[in-house]
Amino acid sequence: METSLRKKYWKENLRYLAILLFIWFLVSYGFGILLVDELNTIRLGGFKLGFWFAQQGSIYVFVILIFVYVRLMNKLDKKYNVNE
Amino acid sequence: MGIQTWTFIIVGITFALYIGIAIWSRAASTKEFYVAGGGVSPLANGLATAADWMSAASFLGMAGIIAFSGYDGSVYLMGWTGGYVLLALLLAPYLRKFGKFTVPDFIGDRYYSNVARTVAVIAALFVSFTYVAGQMRGVGVVFSRFLDVEVNTGVYIGMTVVLFYAFLGGMKGITYTQVAQYCVLIFAFMVPAIFISIMATGNPIPQLGFGSAGEDGVFLLDKLDGLMTDLGFTAYTDGSKSITDVFFITAALMLGTAGLPHVIIRFFTVPKVRDARKSAGYALLFIAILYTTAPAIAVFARTNLMETVEDTPYSEIPSWFTKWEETGLIAWTDKNEDGKIQYLPGSSIDGKKPLFTEERGASGERLISNPSNTRNELYVDRDITVLANPEIAGLPNWIIALVAAGGLAAALSTAAGLLLVISTSISHDLIKKQFAPDISDKKELLIARLSAVLAVIVAGYFGINPPGFVASVVALAFGLAASSFFPAIVMGIFSKRMNREGAIAGMIAGLGITTYYIARFKLGWIGNPETSGPDDWWFGISPEGFGTMGMLVNFAVALLISRFTAAPPEEVQQIVEDIRIPSGAGEALDH
Repeated sequence: METSLRKKYWKENLRYLAILLFIWFLVSYGFGILLVDELNTIRLGGFKLGFWFAQQGSIYVFVILIFVYVRLMNKLDKKYNVNE
Repeated sequence: MGIQTWTFIIVGITFALYIGIAIWSRAASTKEFYVAGGGVSPLANGLATAADWMSAASFLGMAGIIAFSGYDGSVYLMGWTGGYVLLALLLAPYLRKFGKFTVPDFIGDRYYSNVARTVAVIAALFVSFTYVAGQMRGVGVVFSRFLDVEVNTGVYIGMTVVLFYAFLGGMKGITYTQVAQYCVLIFAFMVPAIFISIMATGNPIPQLGFGSAGEDGVFLLDKLDGLMTDLGFTAYTDGSKSITDVFFITAALMLGTAGLPHVIIRFFTVPKVRDARKSAGYALLFIAILYTTAPAIAVFARTNLMETVEDTPYSEIPSWFTKWEETGLIAWTDKNEDGKIQYLPGSSIDGKKPLFTEERGASGERLISNPSNTRNELYVDRDITVLANPEIAGLPNWIIALVAAGGLAAALSTAAGLLLVISTSISHDLIKKQFAPDISDKKELLIARLSAVLAVIVAGYFGINPPGFVASVVALAFGLAASSFFPAIVMGIFSKRMNREGAIAGMIAGLGITTYYIARFKLGWIGNPETSGPDDWWFGISPEGFGTMGMLVNFAVALLISRFTAAPPEEVQQIVEDIRIPSGAGEALDH
């Protein structure tokens, strides 16, 4: 594989990582910890929203993030022809 | 049939199953012994990773910890799941592409240094041993609780079973028994949870149930908050830890999870890079089923407890209360002699456990010799949250037996995974890589098997004679993994410039400062114990959360030192280029 293509592939990979990890940080450390008191003034059924993110929502988002990453990377691998 | 008979039958069947799988999946080469031949499907690896990860503490303990700490318990929920995102995105695919057997393999090759390898081996052994001691103890405790045997006898039985499949099958045997163990433990966890959810709210899905309303139309969480604040507790949905501390503990658990060798090693067993990514997703999905149910169980159990006991005369208490009182997990002292139970904030006893005398009190309760001088009269062991569930829900005896089998599956699967890391570290990282590089595959396999035996014996010894600091070692294991492996591996992949000097200095600095902090503020081995309270913590960070700081120190030291020392050699930079590209992982495996 050419060096310039390798660099491009890696750059796109890093961009995905940055976006996904930002969401990862936001739902757990952001919604579940730092902003928990503000979000707790909003209700989601019987849950206070901040509490829900800390004990439920963040975990669901984590699972979704990994599967989104799998999809994105499989596509990227195909695009650069580095899939197996 | 009685609970005892059912327990013998169900535990017997599951053990026969595990041993059967072990015989079927014997390992014939070191590759099979270390990484199950590299041919495990992503789904099977996801199941195995989930069982590997969820220990007796997750199965029996976590719901209880959350029930008695409310919002503060979120650190475990987010911390022990969020690490998988880091694993999937930052570590697993690249380590799989690297294609060797162990974490010290990667550290040693990437940093072209046997010193780095040795530091990694020591850290891996230390983390795994501290962790496994607790697991063997857990096996013993589960046995003693359900089968009425001594804790030590339980440890011996557990050792025999683990030894059998770890010795015969290595990673291959462990992987497929873990798949079976996951099925047993998740079934055992979910069935009582679903029934309790229906009882409490009419909703069969616990995750939704604890956000719904009970028969009286009041939302369950609002009711619980009300019950607790009325009695002077902090509201369930509010925390009492500082935001900084919650932040740091959550981060330390996440980073530690991503750096634990027995978790990382599981991703070496799948055929391709894309399988490593996918199986991390499956693993978290299977873990999330239990981890999103646990907080629901916690709320049901805590509400039930508060409603049942508060101001209830001892003579009218339900039978599960007196049954668990007999086992010592509940203790009541009638401090104001009104015959009723007062459940208030503060510990009802002096010390950690109630010390029962042989006598009975005026209401027929078991008397204890160490009541405290608070007004709270009730001691409840947190483990009861999961243990008492089936009885509180009035479920049949065979389900209670199933919970026993589930607890054992959780403890055994984690112990086996850890023992494999220990035996691999000894036979592969120490003997093969350092002392006897020329030994044949057959001989190495034999050494691996013998190391597994040795590891089981040492772990069993610690299970029977737990070191005094066992309760604190989980903090230590996660802190050390977060401050050593995680930064070293991440920089090894994402920075081509990171060199031997930087990585070694970083690991030693991170390990050093974290060990110091825990020894100083948690174990009380160094410094004046008078000045090791929460007021003296640096930046208000508890010892459980200090691994995060250790990781930052590791990164900072490594980046600084690497600036002033020579760049890594050309062939090492080539390794980094190579692991970033997924194709060709299959060929890289045979080396």
